[in-house]
Amino acid sequence: MTELRLDRAPGDASAPVEFEAPPGLLIYTIGLGLAVLLTATSFWVANTSLLWGPGVSIGLIVLAIAQMGVHLVFFLHITTGPDNTNNVLALAFGLLIVLLVLAGSLWIMKDLDANMMLSPELMHPHMQN
Amino acid sequence: MSVAVAERAIDEVAFVPASEAGPAPKRIVVAYGFWIFLLSDIVMFSALFAAYAVLKRATAGGPTGAQLFNQVSVALETAFLLASSYTCGLMSLAIRSRSHVATYWGGAVTFVLGAAFLGLEIREFANMIAQGATPQRSAFLSAFFALVGCHGLHVTGGLIWLIVMMAQVAVMGFRTRVQLRLMCFSLFWHTLDIIWVGIFSVVYLMAVAP
Repeated sequence: MTELRLDRAPGDASAPVEFEAPPGLLIYTIGLGLAVLLTATSFWVANTSLLWGPGVSIGLIVLAIAQMGVHLVFFLHITTGPDNTNNVLALAFGLLIVLLVLAGSLWIMKDLDANMMLSPELMHPHMQN
Repeated sequence: MSVAVAERAIDEVAFVPASEAGPAPKRIVVAYGFWIFLLSDIVMFSALFAAYAVLKRATAGGPTGAQLFNQVSVALETAFLLASSYTCGLMSLAIRSRSHVATYWGGAVTFVLGAAFLGLEIREFANMIAQGATPQRSAFLSAFFALVGCHGLHVTGGLIWLIVMMAQVAVMGFRTRVQLRLMCFSLFWHTLDIIWVGIFSVVYLMAVAP
């Protein structure tokens, strides 16, 4: 039994098994408050003329990612606790795939657009004759 | 085994590594499995998001997003879905305290808010189709209806699931099996709200932004 406990790197003290306090009303309410704040900011950013136009879409993406993070932590309770390690790893893998799909599609299609710029006649052959 | 090593092992008895703590509780295992399903769902939505982002400008001379989308309706939908996510969390708390009344209330409010969201979305789709902005009109509209419609179908499925779960609570009470299913439902419902955050930011707000 004791031998089983020795297969650990030196200095790698594992944390004592702790039972996380179950999420309470406060957690959900903080999450709701943050989500409302971020949503309201998103709607304001999209409608204001105070901000530099081309930066608005980047701002919206940043706000959306921040709000997704808030939902993950406060509603789905993805934490850094010991019984959540597998969930975090799965989330990291999921994010990798999501980023590959999104960035890959946008990059390739933008490239195609730039390289296949046809003359208007070729773009709309049915509009000739 | 040397004495020193044995002593160290005894000192660390209180520190049990995860690999020796025995099988994880069923609650953790079920949540993990369902989380993997939800991530696969998110990956599917990311493909729909990518298709939408690529086809956003392919309106084929038809109406654009800025002409079609009504921001007030989107804000209301967002508010309804966020509120229903919150009440779903309150329902989880009620389930933990084994309160039938609070669980039914949480479920009912969640259902009503989700149904209000769905009603607004269906009204929006009907208005667009009445204006001739059908999925067949342009690649932009095909991608829009595929993405937002898929989310709407998920919400519909969630509402049906919620009714089934309330019936199970009524018939079977708070058995472990029912509690695990309710936990999966709340994970599902919160994830739908995460996807909606992406939709209202990327689809609706970016279309009206300068």
